[in-house]
Amino acid sequence: MMTRPATDQVWHWLAEVPDPEIPAISLVDLGIIRDVAWQGDTLAVTITPTYSGCPATSVIALDVEAALRAHGIEKLDLKRQISPPWTTDWMTDEGRAKLEAYGIAPPQPAGGPSRCPQCQSPNLERISQFGSTPCKATWRCRDCLEPFDYFKCI
Amino acid sequence: MTRDEALFQFLLRMGDNTLILGHRVSEWCGHSPVLEEDIALANTALDMIGQTQLWLGLAGEVEGKARSADDLAFLRDAWDFRNVLLCELPTGDFGQTLMRQFLYDAWSYGMTDWLKGSADPRVAAIAEKAHKEVTYHLERSGDTVVGLGDGTGESHTRMQKSLDYLWPYVVEMFEKDKVDEVLADAGIAPAPADLRAGYDDITARVLAEATLTLPEGSYVHKGGRNGRMHTEHLGHLLTSMQWLQRAYPGAAW
Repeated sequence: MMTRPATDQVWHWLAEVPDPEIPAISLVDLGIIRDVAWQGDTLAVTITPTYSGCPATSVIALDVEAALRAHGIEKLDLKRQISPPWTTDWMTDEGRAKLEAYGIAPPQPAGGPSRCPQCQSPNLERISQFGSTPCKATWRCRDCLEPFDYFKCI
Repeated sequence: MTRDEALFQFLLRMGDNTLILGHRVSEWCGHSPVLEEDIALANTALDMIGQTQLWLGLAGEVEGKARSADDLAFLRDAWDFRNVLLCELPTGDFGQTLMRQFLYDAWSYGMTDWLKGSADPRVAAIAEKAHKEVTYHLERSGDTVVGLGDGTGESHTRMQKSLDYLWPYVVEMFEKDKVDEVLADAGIAPAPADLRAGYDDITARVLAEATLTLPEGSYVHKGGRNGRMHTEHLGHLLTSMQWLQRAYPGAAW
């Protein structure tokens, strides 16, 4: 029988599982892994959805399971937790930097992007409050004229 | 009526509202006037279907007969649905779609805000999640009602006609029956009329900015939330939404 890996080790493994829709960041960067704990010989991982209808939610659960099984975890309990509701405040600083480098403006408390992820101009306009996934809105830079995704702040 | 019987009915009302309206909004997918609006409507529909999974999932749990959210959505007929009539009306044109969305969002905003403090923690948790999404929907539907109402002569006329048509359906959201009394006494859900003042504040502000006027008259359409009489439109919607389970009972993938 395998020994129980430390929960820090499990967090490290999960930090390598990419978000299925925005693979530039990991599930840990996104802040949706809420808890990792051993309950006897079972590893319990608590996940919260970003948006209640996000179609990635079931894929995320499958990806977490596949990653942990690959590291030898046999008994796994994936829990869904909706309260407290997910907020972009839980996104890591590393995740925000990775998003911007990927071309998605990270969430800002002001409710809109602070600068163009391509040319850093603050001269921006909103095209739509919604975008290609539930968590994004569509903006455009008035200087370089590039449209870009903005990660909505909720 | 026991508290759980009342709670089951209440959860059906919440989940059927989001399910039926979510389905109506999804009918726009691929048909909207511009791509950005198409994506916005599809995302709004997706949020509502997500909320449906939570509300109907809890309804099945409270009922205790092992019915899942999918069972409740796909294996009931029209007379068992508990959504308000406003949600099942055909979409109409783009303006009417956004007017209906606004009239619903403004109610949903007040309802989910109240339910965040529900005495039932399961209800409060769903409301907390839904309220964030509804706040975003209300901002958009309100802005669009203003944009179209205070827009061109044509868009103004269409928005006023939409408001005249839809307003008589609004009252049903504030109707009260035994279900509401039992849950209000238990602190689980509000007395519907208590949400009216907040609703009137939001609608008065937005409709004034949209240069639209509330229609005269006190005629009221109702009968959905208690299941007494739905419109003919619900049955047609269900034949489309439930087609797969009707044609291939028990199909799963």
